[in-house]
Amino acid sequence: MLFQFSEEERLIQKTVRDFARRELAAVADISNRDGVFRDDIIKGLSALGLMGITIPEEYGGVNFGTFSLAVALEEISRICPSTAVAVSVHNSLANHIVLKYGSEELKAKYLPRMASGEAIGVYALTEPDAGSDVSAIRMSAVRKGHEYVLNGAKIFISTGDKAGVVIVIARTDPGSRTRGLTAFLVEPGFPGFSVGKVEHKMGLKASTTVELVFEDCRVPSANVLGEEGMGMQIALGSLDGGRIGIASQALGIAQTALDEAVLFGRERTQFGKRLVDFQMTQAKIADMATNVDAARLLVYRAARMRDAGENCSKEASMAKLFASRIANAAVYDSMQIHGGVGYTEEFRIERFFRDARVTEIYEGTSEIQRIVIARKVLEEYEQMYPV
Amino acid sequence: MGNDVLVFGEIRGGELKKVVRELISAAATATGGTGGATDAVLIGAGAASLAGKIKGFGLRKIFTVEDELLANYSTEGYAAVLASLIAENKYRYVFMGATAMGRDLGPRVAARVDGVMFSDCVEVRMEGGSLVVRRPVYSGKLFVELSPEGDRTVFVSVRPNNIAPAAESGGSTEISPRPSGVTRDMIRAMATEIVPLAGGRPDVTEADVIVSGGRAMKEGANFRMLEELADLFGGAVGASRAAVDAGFAAQPIQVGQTGKVVNPKLYIACGISGAIQHLAGMRTSKVIVAINKDPNAPIFEKAHYGIVGDLFEVVPLLTKEIKTMMQ
Amino acid sequence: MKIIVLLKRVPDTEAKILINQEGTGIREDGVKFVINPHDEYGIEEGLKLREKLADGSKVTVVCAGPEEATEAIRTALAMGADDAVHVCDPKLADPNPFTVSEVLAKAIQAEGFDVIFCGKQAIDDDLAQVQSILAEKLDIPQVNNATAFEMAADCRSAKLSRRIEGGDEKIETSMPAIISCDKGLNEPRYASLPGIMKAKKKEIRKKSLADLGIAEVPGTGRSRVLKWLPLPKGGECRIVAAEETVDAVRELARLLREEAKVI
Repeated sequence: MLFQFSEEERLIQKTVRDFARRELAAVADISNRDGVFRDDIIKGLSALGLMGITIPEEYGGVNFGTFSLAVALEEISRICPSTAVAVSVHNSLANHIVLKYGSEELKAKYLPRMASGEAIGVYALTEPDAGSDVSAIRMSAVRKGHEYVLNGAKIFISTGDKAGVVIVIARTDPGSRTRGLTAFLVEPGFPGFSVGKVEHKMGLKASTTVELVFEDCRVPSANVLGEEGMGMQIALGSLDGGRIGIASQALGIAQTALDEAVLFGRERTQFGKRLVDFQMTQAKIADMATNVDAARLLVYRAARMRDAGENCSKEASMAKLFASRIANAAVYDSMQIHGGVGYTEEFRIERFFRDARVTEIYEGTSEIQRIVIARKVLEEYEQMYPV
Repeated sequence: MGNDVLVFGEIRGGELKKVVRELISAAATATGGTGGATDAVLIGAGAASLAGKIKGFGLRKIFTVEDELLANYSTEGYAAVLASLIAENKYRYVFMGATAMGRDLGPRVAARVDGVMFSDCVEVRMEGGSLVVRRPVYSGKLFVELSPEGDRTVFVSVRPNNIAPAAESGGSTEISPRPSGVTRDMIRAMATEIVPLAGGRPDVTEADVIVSGGRAMKEGANFRMLEELADLFGGAVGASRAAVDAGFAAQPIQVGQTGKVVNPKLYIACGISGAIQHLAGMRTSKVIVAINKDPNAPIFEKAHYGIVGDLFEVVPLLTKEIKTMMQ
Repeated sequence: MKIIVLLKRVPDTEAKILINQEGTGIREDGVKFVINPHDEYGIEEGLKLREKLADGSKVTVVCAGPEEATEAIRTALAMGADDAVHVCDPKLADPNPFTVSEVLAKAIQAEGFDVIFCGKQAIDDDLAQVQSILAEKLDIPQVNNATAFEMAADCRSAKLSRRIEGGDEKIETSMPAIISCDKGLNEPRYASLPGIMKAKKKEIRKKSLADLGIAEVPGTGRSRVLKWLPLPKGGECRIVAAEETVDAVRELARLLREEAKVI
C-alpha cells in the first residue's frame, strides 16, 4: 500500500520521533541560536542506525528504503531542520552515490564507516557559476598516473567541514559539457583539500555551510565513482533521492508550523476569545492542515515509487516543489497567528520561518522543479496525444 | 465473613504514620451501622509504645507485634503477620495507607488470602450496605468508583490526606501483644537500612512539586527562599526565562517554551507574571499557585489559587505554614 | 539466566482520556497506545543484566494483552529482547490483576525464570498489584519501585534501592525475585534501526488460555465498576485574600491540603 506503514516503518517513525523529542529538542533551540553543529546528535542518530538506513546489511546498514528515510527526516525536521539537512545529504546523496556507483573496493572501504556515522558524507557539486546548471562545472580534474589532481572550489557545501567522505563532481574533459564530468570520492585527509569560507546563512544555523577548496588535491584513480565521464549522469541520477529528502525536511517544517499555530492559538486570547476561535485563524489552520497532508501524500508517493524502482523524477520534483512552497506558506501564516511574539527568538516559529526559505532554493530551485515537471508532463501528453 | 475491619498501623522512622488516623476514620465509615468492629495492628520496633497513640479512637483491639525479625520492613515478614491475623479474625476489610509500604504489602497479602484490593483510594463510603471506593486512574485523568464482590477480604489502600483523620472518642481499646510467628527463612527480601534524601533536588521535569521564581526575585541569592519551600516536598526549584536572563538562576531549571516543559502535581509561581512562553512550559501542572504583587498578572488566568502580595512576605510564611502542617 | 520482562500496552502518557458513551470505560478510538513507560525501565534492566552477564542469558518478554499489543512487544524486541510470549485470548478482555497474575504465572512457569523485571505500575489502571500477586503465586520475593539493582556475582542474591517517603530503602533479596522498576533505575534505550530489523525475525509465541492449560478465566468476580467519573472541571483562579497576609497564607495552605490535596 502506498500510504500504509509496515510494522517496521511504524517502529522507525516512533524511535526517531522519540529521539527527536527527547534528545534533539533539548538542544535544538540553543544550537540553532548559537550556530553550533552538534556532533553528539549525529552520534545519537548514528547509534540508532539512521546514518546507514538505506545501506545493505553487508556494508553495516539496515537496508530500509527511501520511504523509511523520508519518515525519519520528517520527524527530525519537525524539531530541527538543520539536523535534517545533514542527515538527508549523507543518506540520499553520499551513501546513495557510493552504493550505486562505487567499485566493490570503494564500497567495502567506505560504506561501513558511512553507515555507522563515523564518516559523514557530503556532496560537493555547486560552484560560483554552476548550480542548477550542472554542465557549467569548471573545477578541473587532471589524470596523472594512478591519481587525479583536482583544482578549484566548491561552495555552499552542507556539513562540508564535518565530512569524512566528500563526493565531488569535477571536470575531466573541458571539451565535452555533458560527458566531461567525473565523480570522485575524496577524503578530507587527502593532500590539497581544505575547508574555505564559512557561510553565515539566514537559517539552518545548526548546520554548517562551507566552501571546499581543492589545491592540487590528489585523489587515487580508484576513487572515481562509476567511470570517468559519468559525472553528469551520477549528478542527475541522484536528484530524485535528494529531492525527496528535502521535501521531507520541508514537510517537517510545515507540520511544526501548523502545530505551533494551533498550540499558540489555543492559549492566546484577544477580545475575549481564543485566537483559534476566530474564523480568520481557522481559515489559516484549515489551509495549513490540508497543505501539510497533501505534501505528505506527495512525499510518500515519490518515496514508495523510488523504493519500487520506478522512475519518479516527476513525482520527486512535485513533492519537493509543493512541500517547500507550502512550508513557506505555513511558517508565514503560523507567524501571523503568533503575532508580535512570533517575530522574536522566544518562539520556535521564528527559527522555522528562517529555516523554511532555503527549501525552495537548494536541491533544485522551485523553478528547476517546474521545468522538470513540465517537461515530463508535456512528454506524457506527447505520448497520449501525439501532435 | 463478618464486618470487622483491620487497620494496618504503619510505623516508619519510629513514628506512627499520619495516615493511620485517616484509616481509622475510613474504618468507622465501613463499619457504620453494620455492627462490625475495628482492630489495628502495629508491627515492628516501638509497636507497643506507639499503640498508645491510637488507643481510644474507637478501636476494639490493637495488636502489637515486636520481633527482631520485623525491626526492618520486609514484605514477607509483614505479610505473614497480616495473613495470620486475617485468617484468625476473618476481617471483611483491611485498610492501609497508599504508601510505599502499603502499596507493596497490600496486594501480596490480598493474594495470599485470595482477597481483592483497591489501590490508592481517595474516597471510601458505604452505599446500601456495600463499600464504594473512588480511585484515580489514567494518571489522574479520570476517576472510577468500584465495589467489591464475593465473600472475601477487601484490601483498601487509602491515599494520605484525603480523609479527615479520626479523633479520639474515648472507649476502651485492648492492647494485645502478639508473637510474630515469623521465622528467618520466611523472609527472602528485607530492608537493610533507610538512607534519607540528601539535599540534591530532583530535576524540574521529574519533580512532583516545583517552586519557580521570576524576575521579581531581584537576585539569585533570594532563590534560597524557594529552595526551602521546595525541599519540604522533595521538590525542585524552577525559574522563568526573565530570571535566567537576569542571571538569578541557571538555564537547566528554566521552565517555558525555550526551557523545560514540566508537569508537576503542584506548581508554585513566585513573582512570575506569566508570559505566554512561560505558561506554555507549565500549563499542564495539576495545581498551579500564583504569588504576585500585580493582580492583573496573566499568571492568575492559569492559576488555580492565587495570593496577591509581596512574595518576600508570602513565601516564608507559606513555608512555615506547610512545615507545621506536615509535622 | 532466564530473564523475564513483563510488558503491558497502555494509552500514551500524552493521550487525552475520555469516558466512552456507554460509560463503561474509556474511548479508545484515536488513542495512541505504547509500552507502559515504567515497563521500559524493566526491559532496560533486563537487557543490562544480560549484557553484564554476557553468558548467553536470554531476555524473554511476557505480555498478556490484546492482538494489538504485538506492536509494543515488537518494540521491546527491537530494543533487544530475545523473544516473547504473548498471551492473547478473547476471554482476557479487561482482566483484573488476579486474572492477569494467574495467567502470567502460568506463562512464566512454562518458560522458566531466574529473575523477573516489570514496571512499578501500569499507567492505565494505576493499580500496582500484578507484580506482588504474581510474586505470591510464584512463591518468590518481590521488590517494588526499584531505583537501583545490583546482582551478586553468584546471581543468588541482589542489592536494591527503592524510593520510599523521604528516603531510599536499601533492600537485599535472594534470587529468583520479581523487581518492579521505577524512574531513576536506568535510561531505557531507543529501539535502534538494526534492532527493528532484527526484531522482524524474532519469535513471538502466541498462547491462548487453553495453551497454558487454563480452562476457566481465573480470578474473576472480585469487584465491579460502578461508574467512571471525569475530573472536576478546573474553575477560575481562586484568589485567597485576608486582612493579614499570614491568614491568607494559612487559608491557602489549607486549600492546598484539603481541596487540592497536594500537601
